[in-house]
Amino acid sequence: MFSGAEVVAALKVASVTHVVWLPDSDLGIWDAALSAADGLSLIRVCREGEAFAVAAGLWLGGQRPIIFLQCTGLFEAGDSLRNFLHDLHLPLFFVVGVRSYKAHRAGASSDTCPLFAEPILKAWKVPFILLSDGSAAEDLAAEYLRAEAGNRAGAVLLAE
Amino acid sequence: MMTHRQALEVLARHRGNKIVVTTMTSGGIWPELSDTPLDFAYLPSAMGQGPSLGLGLALAQPRGVIVVNGDGCTLMNLGCMATIAAQPAPLFVLIMDNGLYEVTGGQPTAAAGRADFAAIARGCGIGRVYAYATLEEWTANASEALQGVGPVVIVLKVEGRMGQKTPKPPRPMSEQISRLRDAIA
Repeated sequence: MFSGAEVVAALKVASVTHVVWLPDSDLGIWDAALSAADGLSLIRVCREGEAFAVAAGLWLGGQRPIIFLQCTGLFEAGDSLRNFLHDLHLPLFFVVGVRSYKAHRAGASSDTCPLFAEPILKAWKVPFILLSDGSAAEDLAAEYLRAEAGNRAGAVLLAE
Repeated sequence: MMTHRQALEVLARHRGNKIVVTTMTSGGIWPELSDTPLDFAYLPSAMGQGPSLGLGLALAQPRGVIVVNGDGCTLMNLGCMATIAAQPAPLFVLIMDNGLYEVTGGQPTAAAGRADFAAIARGCGIGRVYAYATLEEWTANASEALQGVGPVVIVLKVEGRMGQKTPKPPRPMSEQISRLRDAIA
C-alpha cells in the first residue's frame, strides 16, 4: 500500500521517535526504510505483547512510540493491550496489518483473520480507522496526531 | 537460599538512582524498603511484561532501570530475553526464581527445577548474566552486578511462600505514573 519512504515521511510528520514492531509480509517491506531513517529507532520484538509493553515504557520515558503488527499479533497481544490501555490508561498508538482483508471482501479467501480484526478492536474499545486503496500515508500521521490531541489510544487498520 | 525480602534488601542498598520496576510479589515488599518517585510498582500488570516495560523505559532515558520479575512471569514472556539482548540499554532484570506461583496457591511452574534462566539469558545473547543461590553470594556481588553496561540479567534463588495474595500497589497507578514522569522529565 505505502512505500517505506512514504511511511517514514508520515512518521516524521507525527514526530514519532520509535517504531516497535513485528512485521508481516506487507509491513515488512518497510524494514529497510525504517532501519535507515534518521531520528527514528526501530525495535524488533519476539511477540506482539512485548510491543505494547516496550512502547509503554518508551512513552513513560517521554518518547513518541508507534507499534506496527499484524492482526494475528493483535489477537495474541490482548492482555498486554488491555493492561496498558485500560489499566495504565496510556495513549498508545498502533498500526495493524489485516491479512487477507481484500481477498476476503472479494470472496476469495477463507482466512479467518479479517473476520475478527475489527470486532476485536471494538471489543477492546480502541478507536480506529481503516486505510485501504486510495488512502495515503499522511492519513496514518493524521490519525496518530488526532489520537494524541485527544490524549487517547488509537489504531489504524491497513487492508492487506 | 535467601528470602524474597532479603534479596530486595540487598537491592535497596545498591539501586543508586535507577528506576526500580517491581512486579507481583516484589511489588508488595519493595514499598516497605523504598518508596520514591523512581519506584514503580507495576500492579496491575500484564504478567510477564515487566522486563519489556523496563526496556522501553531504559531506552527512553539514561539513568538505568531495574526490573524485579518472577520466574513465573519470565516464563510467560521468554522471548523478551532475545528482544532485550538486541538493545544496548541500561536495563537490569532480576529474576526471583522460587519455582512456583505464590499468589495462586503455590503451584509449581512448568519449569520448576528444570529451566536454567541464566543459561536462557546467555543463550538469547545477554552479555552480562549473573546467578546467585545464597544471600552471601548476592550480598558480595550486588554492587558489581548492578553497575556498568546493560543489559544485565541477575537470577536469584529465593524461597517460595505459600498463602500469598496478589499485592496491592502503594498508590493508584495514575499517581505512580505522574510521579515517575515528573521525576525523570
